[in-house]
Amino acid sequence: MGRYVVRRLLQMIPVFIGSTLLIFLMVNVMGDPIAGLCGERACDPATAAQLEKEFGLDKPVFPQQYLTYMGHLFTGDFGTAFNGQPVTELMASAFPPTIRLTIVAILFEIVIGITLGVFSGLRRGRPLDTGVLLGTLVVISVPTFVTGLLLQLLLGVQWHWIQPSVSPDATFSELIVPGLVLAAVSLAYVTRLTRTSVAENKRSDYVRTAVAKGLPRRRVVTRHLLRNSLIPVVTFIGADIGALMGGAILTERIFNIHGVGYQLYQGILRQNTQTVVGFVTILVLVFLIANLLVDLLYAVLDPRIRYV
Amino acid sequence: MRGARNAGWAAGAVAVALAAAACGGGGGSSGGGNAAGVLSSSWGDPQNPLEPANTNEVQGGKVLDMVFRGLKRYDPKTGQAKDMLAESIDTKDSQNFTVKVKDGWTFSNGEKVTAKSFVDAWTYGASLKNNQKNAYFFGYIEGYGKVHPDSGSQSADTLSGLKVVDDHTFTVKLNQKFSSFPDTLGYAAFDPLPRTFFTDHAAWLSKPVGNGPYAIESYTKGSQMSLKKWDGYPGADKAQNGGVTLKVYTDNNTAYTDLMAGNLDLVDDVPAAQLKNVKSDLGGRYINTPAGIIQTLAFPYYDPAWNKAGSEKVRTGLSMAIDRKQITDTIFQKTRTPATDWTSPVLGTAGGFQDGLCGKACDYDPTGAKKLIQEGGGLPGGQVKITYNADTGSHKEWIDAVCNSVNNALGNEKACVGNPVGTFADFRNQIGQHKMSGPFRAGWQMDYPLIQNFLQPLYYTNASSNDGKWSNKDFDQLVDQANAETDTAKAISTFQKAEAVVRDNMAAIPLWYQNGSAGYSQRLSNVALNPFSVPVYNEIKVG
Amino acid sequence: MSERPYDPERAIAPTGAGGAMDLAASEAETLEKTPGGPEGTGPAGKPRSLWSDAWRDLRRNPVFLISALVILFLVFISLWPSAIASGSPLKCDLSKAQEGSQPGAPFGYDGQGCNVYTRTVYGARTSVTVGVCATLGVAVLGSALGSLAGFFGGTSDSFLSRVTDIFFAIPVVLGGLVLLSVVTSNTVWPVIGFMVLLGWPQIARIARGSVITAKQNDYVQAARALGASNSRILVRHIAPNAVAPVIVVATIALGTFITLEATLSYLGVGLKPPNVSWGIDISAASPYIRNAPHALLWPSGALALTVLAFIMLGDAVRDALDPKLR
Repeated sequence: MGRYVVRRLLQMIPVFIGSTLLIFLMVNVMGDPIAGLCGERACDPATAAQLEKEFGLDKPVFPQQYLTYMGHLFTGDFGTAFNGQPVTELMASAFPPTIRLTIVAILFEIVIGITLGVFSGLRRGRPLDTGVLLGTLVVISVPTFVTGLLLQLLLGVQWHWIQPSVSPDATFSELIVPGLVLAAVSLAYVTRLTRTSVAENKRSDYVRTAVAKGLPRRRVVTRHLLRNSLIPVVTFIGADIGALMGGAILTERIFNIHGVGYQLYQGILRQNTQTVVGFVTILVLVFLIANLLVDLLYAVLDPRIRYV
Repeated sequence: MRGARNAGWAAGAVAVALAAAACGGGGGSSGGGNAAGVLSSSWGDPQNPLEPANTNEVQGGKVLDMVFRGLKRYDPKTGQAKDMLAESIDTKDSQNFTVKVKDGWTFSNGEKVTAKSFVDAWTYGASLKNNQKNAYFFGYIEGYGKVHPDSGSQSADTLSGLKVVDDHTFTVKLNQKFSSFPDTLGYAAFDPLPRTFFTDHAAWLSKPVGNGPYAIESYTKGSQMSLKKWDGYPGADKAQNGGVTLKVYTDNNTAYTDLMAGNLDLVDDVPAAQLKNVKSDLGGRYINTPAGIIQTLAFPYYDPAWNKAGSEKVRTGLSMAIDRKQITDTIFQKTRTPATDWTSPVLGTAGGFQDGLCGKACDYDPTGAKKLIQEGGGLPGGQVKITYNADTGSHKEWIDAVCNSVNNALGNEKACVGNPVGTFADFRNQIGQHKMSGPFRAGWQMDYPLIQNFLQPLYYTNASSNDGKWSNKDFDQLVDQANAETDTAKAISTFQKAEAVVRDNMAAIPLWYQNGSAGYSQRLSNVALNPFSVPVYNEIKVG
Repeated sequence: MSERPYDPERAIAPTGAGGAMDLAASEAETLEKTPGGPEGTGPAGKPRSLWSDAWRDLRRNPVFLISALVILFLVFISLWPSAIASGSPLKCDLSKAQEGSQPGAPFGYDGQGCNVYTRTVYGARTSVTVGVCATLGVAVLGSALGSLAGFFGGTSDSFLSRVTDIFFAIPVVLGGLVLLSVVTSNTVWPVIGFMVLLGWPQIARIARGSVITAKQNDYVQAARALGASNSRILVRHIAPNAVAPVIVVATIALGTFITLEATLSYLGVGLKPPNVSWGIDISAASPYIRNAPHALLWPSGALALTVLAFIMLGDAVRDALDPKLR
């Protein structure tokens, strides 16, 4: 098992280099960031040239710019955003709220998603199952923007249960509603994945055996049925962690969370290579680690899969 | 077994979180910055460092307007340039100016504001090595070419046209006649700067120090800035409130929702989709005042298809196919006014605004439009694509409305389509590289309330914002003539003649004048927007 | 070789058991040739494949029939929208903006004064094409790569999984702005291509996980012991048992692709006018939810109906593939 983990960690190196290079090239393909910085009025050519020099944009993107960037990266220098703020500072302010938001969203997925999934899987075709299906449809077909906006109006303005916007501190309690909005679509996936797995495994031999042995229903469900049904769910959630962290653009905008999604979006729109590559680099690491954990969890859930 | 344990842990965590929410949720409204007399206002994160000559957008401009005072200040109501720190600005030939700075002004750190504070600031702003995006504002000053050459590095570090005479006097020599030069000096780029700006630049940037009615108390980039009333402010326009907290919002709709919930006092950018609800949401706490902003459709004159004999008829026809009134009423809920000239009503008739100058060419007339476009040889390629950027503002809505209007007028469902470009940077890039193949969105927010500012930068040959590269000798000549005119009234009427040239060629289609709109909480009174659509913070009363 | 026992990705890989397995395999070869192999033998002794069994089941399943009818209807209006809607979806009159239901416009008018009913009917073609094609593309590519990685394990798994990681890392907004802004064609195909390119890793990961579990099953071991070929094991034994999660994810993804198309349009890199789609209309109507909810309701409803039909279809197919249900 230790060797396996080490090997997986070593595999991160090529992925890391590959994805940073890919993102670096992509941001640079988008065109000239200086044109955007200058606003509605084009900068005079001299100023534009001077700015390019300042940001190191006058050199060829590959390999010079990329190598310089990577060189700095290994010394912990993530560069500077266009407004003069170091990217590390930007990360220090953006990651904590996003990590909290992601935790809230994942908890919703795990608790509500799996619970609903188990119950609708055990009671296929019953009202609960149908209700969950309808909820899934609503979540998929109504945009996040609308759910977020309506919740904000209802809970924030009408009933005063929450503050419509999240303060710069972004505490866990403030993030419950945004977390729910963010988790909504994933909840649909988790619920239906659990439901299908549970419905399928309900008829398997080991469950019948367990029932025949006279084990209490609760124990059969949690120990035998659920455990064997969780592999696709765990896979999904594992892959979702990274997506939630980087893709919360809309949710973060609606609730005024100055997190990763927002900064990444701004960075992309302003073609700020340093910000985008820096943030994506961290996200790639999150993906890799989450996936490693998922693979290790496989062995926990299904002892036949072994990482000796 | 491990799975079961995990589930138990997760359930516990959620219970804790929910309990925390129950406690936190009941707290009621303790909105940010509600200390005595302090108001909170929505803000956007400035994308450039907050240097006066480097700030080219409204959000940074908002702060500069609170923290700095220049030689002149534009009256928040009339927009007229009035002396602020200037004792006098004299000239005999519209080219050599003597500036006298009032005594008794200091920066909020106690340093005196002298002639040198201005000369140093302007020199810094003009210098190529400092990357100031508004450097071209100093382009009229003699010696600009040396500190800011078109290519290569600068050969001088000071502007030869600026000379400090004594502590409170300096002279300015321009490289051409420009009679209204003193009236441009209210623009933020011309603000004075304290010594600390030069000696400890990084510290200054993290907490700018100026000479305005507010002093910056703290600034967390990307999140908020709190400004406090500066009690020692020597000017007459002292702050009427204890301070302003600018809160960065990622979305103007969130700011509006926060205003409704009582967490925010002032929103100066009401989202278009909410305009219809403003009355029911805010009652009378909503203002909608004209601002010096005009929206136009510009054309690519580098494309022969748009620059041949008869093209002006096609452009005029397109202009007549746009039902401005209906679009401003429906899409913008009257926060825009149909344009009838190429300037702005905030100039006032005395300042050069001419209501109805555009005449029939700006009236909706489907049959006339059809006829003119046919006479002009039809739409190039049979279809116009209006290019705009999709990432800022809600341009899609009005572009689609304009296209629907054109299509209905011409009786062709595909005569006009919107052509979005992903990012503002790419949009500007494509414009800079002359890649536009049809009309494109152009907006102009004035720098200073002068008719010159609405014409010269946009339509003069090779001017800084002449994105369509329109060029007309008559126009250029009239502008030169107007700038050399020492008599203000005469200068304005000459500019108006130049504007008539723009009209006759339909160099750009004027669409509408933009208003500033703002909503505010019950705590505030005396809220107003200046002609730049920025709230007049110092006059707002709290409580 | 010494590494092998520690290798989870190769756990129980075809050659994983070493010499003993090879013996069993050669022995099994003869069995394989006997007519009426051990798997898929029908009650009458006549060999019938699982897939044909499934098809027989499906034809009798009311859920399948209903969803198939809805899908046929969607295909019909996609091909001939003018059959049930008169007028043009591009004919918009701003003076009618946000008006409610009325004769000639049962669903009312949207913010631009376009007829919501007409636009919803005409939007089906684009949206259904985008949803179905992107889902098919993602499902085929994703499950192919994912099951190969899961089945063979080892180096191929490492390689495929790490490629998946890199694709996962590309933010959709960045990918869209970069890859789609260079495209000049204003058709659905580049948009679909983009969705497949960025969407396959999700399915691949799910498929890989399912295949890793399914290949542990006794019947797979048995088939292998009997010397069945890799492709036979994968198609006959593993696929039917691993397909359920893929179907679930794919059917939900179908809906998200239709909304993703709107996001891309919103970013200015997706479909541009004069294209009509549910996604475009949903995103245009969203900000006006307080004033004109009907303009959001109908295209959203159409989207929900489509997703419902495909989820039901997916459910029916999955049930048909599960022999335990018979």
